[in-house]
Amino acid sequence: MDVARLVELNAAYARAIDNEKFEQWPELFADPCLYKVTTAENVAKGYESGIMYADSRAMLEDRVSALRKANIYERQRYRHVVGLPMVLDRKNGAASVETPFLIVRVMGDGTMALFATGCYHDKVATDGTGALKFAERVVVCDGARFDTLVAIPL
Amino acid sequence: MDTRIDPTVHDTATTPHGPWPEDSLARVPYWVYQDQDNYAREMRRIFEGATWNFVCLEADIPKKGDYRTNQAGGMPVIVVRDADGSINCFENRCAHRGALIAFDDGGNVQNNFKCIYHAWSYDLSGNLRGIAFERGINGQGGMPKDFKRETHSPRKWRTTTLCGLVFATLSPDTPPIEEYLSAEITGRVKRVLNRPIRVMGRFTQPLPNNWKLYVENVKDTYHASLLHLFFATFRITRLTQAGGVLVSPDGAHHSSYTIGSTDVAGAEAFREKDLRSENDDYKLADPSLLDPVEEFGDKIQLQILSIFPGLILQQIHNCLAVRQVVPKGIDKMELLWTYFGFADDTPEMNKRRLKQQNLVGPAGFVSMEDGCVGGFVQRGIAAAGEKVSVVEMGGSAAESQATRATESSVRGFWKAYRRHMDY
Repeated sequence: MDVARLVELNAAYARAIDNEKFEQWPELFADPCLYKVTTAENVAKGYESGIMYADSRAMLEDRVSALRKANIYERQRYRHVVGLPMVLDRKNGAASVETPFLIVRVMGDGTMALFATGCYHDKVATDGTGALKFAERVVVCDGARFDTLVAIPL
Repeated sequence: MDTRIDPTVHDTATTPHGPWPEDSLARVPYWVYQDQDNYAREMRRIFEGATWNFVCLEADIPKKGDYRTNQAGGMPVIVVRDADGSINCFENRCAHRGALIAFDDGGNVQNNFKCIYHAWSYDLSGNLRGIAFERGINGQGGMPKDFKRETHSPRKWRTTTLCGLVFATLSPDTPPIEEYLSAEITGRVKRVLNRPIRVMGRFTQPLPNNWKLYVENVKDTYHASLLHLFFATFRITRLTQAGGVLVSPDGAHHSSYTIGSTDVAGAEAFREKDLRSENDDYKLADPSLLDPVEEFGDKIQLQILSIFPGLILQQIHNCLAVRQVVPKGIDKMELLWTYFGFADDTPEMNKRRLKQQNLVGPAGFVSMEDGCVGGFVQRGIAAAGEKVSVVEMGGSAAESQATRATESSVRGFWKAYRRHMDY
């Protein structure tokens, strides 16, 4: 799998979230899929839970609907800085990829904080049209701390 | 022996700011969330007083030498499984220079803990057993011959267990756990924790507010349908649904609950008030998020239970968790989430729990707002230390009520708080 295309996929992912085009975010996933936000410690211990967990594109859409219509939180945005993807394995047309990330949370009043760092553990495959999609994106955060609340996907 | 001098000791039942406002459970002065001396007094009189503090799950320390570190109030503690299967808890502070004895979250030690600083060692009960170079080197140095190790140990906590929860207390006066909780609340714990559990994940949520604001939020059955739109829309709970709140006779502990039913008529009460949290148009694109099964055989869909001072046991359908409240200063706390299921869960039940866990935690569809609302209070009261909040829904007593349109269990918290604080 061409690394340049993986970089482009990650760039589209970060751009959708950071520019608050959340509706574009589920489109980057295969259906069914796996999206989960967890921690390195949970992964190391074999704990399966995530603070966000979705196994279909529709569940990702529900995340977006909830943050648009249901949940209440102070105005905030993210700035993703995404590192270079490392392809670890290729099997049955899907690549196992790890990509480090750093997310700064920017509050409405301009207060910035390092919100999360970690590594995306992905399975990436092409769909029927040849576009790359996340069959899996497990967001493995380095730390176990999630300050105040996590409304926007990481 | 603890010889600290406490500047906040009072001889009379008054506070650092005078008598409690109106001497009423329905009034709470805002300085309780702001006052540094009051905070120190809470650590000593509540967390180190006659209360049971949650310190870990039995499932965390199944074998001899397994330990977890935690914080009970302001005090770092070690909880460890002893050779005979009993559980010990002691202060995580070396008797020598005060360093942490264990600095990991947990692990296993064979027979003793050793402080890394100067290699003083402790047995699994927290007794000081070994002192490096105790007799010096070549007859020089070393500890005085009359030094008594047995009088130099970290403070030891008494432990107890209930349904796999491990609690610790420093006070000899704390009653046995079931008596402490009352029969009703004990029954509600046993109802959920009825067989061996398995941990599914852990997350920490730092919150920008005093610890009591979160505990009150948990006990506040009034806010759930009003603040949390997701809850109400999908009819997980709603004030008009059958349910109520149990408050232990001393006020300290509570259990709120919702009985399963599909409620259409009740929606009118919301519509008439034009409340934000009612939106019949909002549907899940993937309803498998909420595909609950009855697993406790009593139609209770939701139960939120608090154990004074800082443990919450949560059953929201099949989404089970314990949350520990850890104070971190007057305007900071941490909420330690442990998601769990049962050891005998089928793969289908495991998946169901994983999906329902979307409801809770720092990113929870129905708990997210609880992460910020305490901070809104903390900021809102910045200049109002001598003003009071009004906690009067459902009257001014702290008894069990067959409705959740009440703040009865919040008043229960203040009843217990004032007793422990001698206010």
